[in-house]
Amino acid sequence: MALIEVTNVSKRFRRKGGRRLLRHRIGEMFGGRTDAEGFYAVRNVSFQIQAGESVALIGSNGAGKSTMLGMVAGVAVPDEGSVRVNGRVAALLDLGAGFHPELTGLQNLFMNAALLGLSEAEVKARCEEIVAFAELEKSIHETLRTYSSGMILRLGFSIAVHSDPALLIVDEVLGVGDGRFQEKSASKVAELRRKGVTLLCVSHNVEMVTSFCDHGLWLHQGELVQDGPAKDLEAAYTNWANNPVTDPR
Amino acid sequence: MWTGHYGFALRKLVFRDFTVRYRNMTLGIFWCLLNPIITVGILNFLFTKIMKPTVENFPVFALCGLVPFTFFTQTWGISTSSIVESAAMIKKVLVPRELIPIASVLANSLNLLMQFGLLLGMVLIYGGRPSILWLWLPVLGVLEIAFVCGLTLLSSALNVYIRDTRYIVESINAVLFWLVPIFYSFSVIPDEYRSIYQLNPLAALTLALRNILLESHSPATTLLVKLTAVSFGTLAVGWLVFRRMKTRFYDYL
Repeated sequence: MALIEVTNVSKRFRRKGGRRLLRHRIGEMFGGRTDAEGFYAVRNVSFQIQAGESVALIGSNGAGKSTMLGMVAGVAVPDEGSVRVNGRVAALLDLGAGFHPELTGLQNLFMNAALLGLSEAEVKARCEEIVAFAELEKSIHETLRTYSSGMILRLGFSIAVHSDPALLIVDEVLGVGDGRFQEKSASKVAELRRKGVTLLCVSHNVEMVTSFCDHGLWLHQGELVQDGPAKDLEAAYTNWANNPVTDPR
Repeated sequence: MWTGHYGFALRKLVFRDFTVRYRNMTLGIFWCLLNPIITVGILNFLFTKIMKPTVENFPVFALCGLVPFTFFTQTWGISTSSIVESAAMIKKVLVPRELIPIASVLANSLNLLMQFGLLLGMVLIYGGRPSILWLWLPVLGVLEIAFVCGLTLLSSALNVYIRDTRYIVESINAVLFWLVPIFYSFSVIPDEYRSIYQLNPLAALTLALRNILLESHSPATTLLVKLTAVSFGTLAVGWLVFRRMKTRFYDYL
């Protein structure tokens, strides 16, 4: 059985996302323009991800990658079709969900880990390791406000990879920190893969993700263009990216 | 499915809200006492110096209404925006959405404790004695928190779809000041309105507090039944509405 089964999934958004005021609602109630159709962020997409596989989801800006991820992670609900997740899949790798600038690094660590689903005992046991991996021993008691953006990303990345995810969703984040930390995080991801963690990488940088992944999915304007080995996908995508005015479908 | 630990996540969210709310305040949590103290001072001046005094112990009398009222308006007002303010978190992690407005209410609950302290302090200053009846206060506090949680679940979810909800809540709070017997006594209300009046949990809380602190007897059973029914009824309705609305939060945040 596949870990994730995505079947004929579509997701629409209203074009006027800003219409959230009372007068818009009243206007709609009295038969004004309702924009019921909206536009498709993801249209009729099906694929499967097996446990232990590593999959790259690529596509240009606005291809529907983030929406697709949101549905796999369960935060967004598809309008049509179904997303079935078999087994315990908890982590959407967001670097620092719930991070607040006025809390210290350590307070944010506990907060974020709690949101990712760790228990208090687990966080306490891993706390030192997380801080050490993020190389923040000196500043972990400072407020996050004083951190550089690289430090914040390092902390978020370190919490996420130490949270024992069954599925690790990596959204444009392998470029965390400086070159040395990037290497370190890449080898950490490789280590998790060897442990059997399923990996879903998202990027528009095709070389970066295909180096990690064996299976690739290519989304273009919400539709699945190609589903196959990552190497084939890399060639086709690079070819298209050289002349992106053509329709790849 | 989120497979985390509800208690731990809730505690961390409460901690965050609490710390962030009082971060840049010299007086910290004591700010929440300033508002009722000033209001009671003004009301006391109006109703005992300008107008003829109608009740004894006016400051305690007014505080019995102001304490539940102030906690209610402050908490409901702040917590209505809690979901919209946590948009980034909601779009990224599957943490149970209910925890966010509830944490926002609970983070404010220390205010209620402080304000109850102020109330009891006033009782002692005006010659009251500690009494076994004071044990009713935690019960009343829990009922009020349940009521605010229910309304907050409702309004914070609605605020995602209709962003004016925040302002509607503010207007309701402003009107409520006159509908809760803060500066007038329940006895001036005509008979035909009394039973409806008691259905307002804030009015019921005020009456119960006056029973306990000024009249030295337990609140009437009918009053407590109404208060409990409305508080937990609101909580149940809020919970159900929230459950229906939360699936589409992603699309509107």
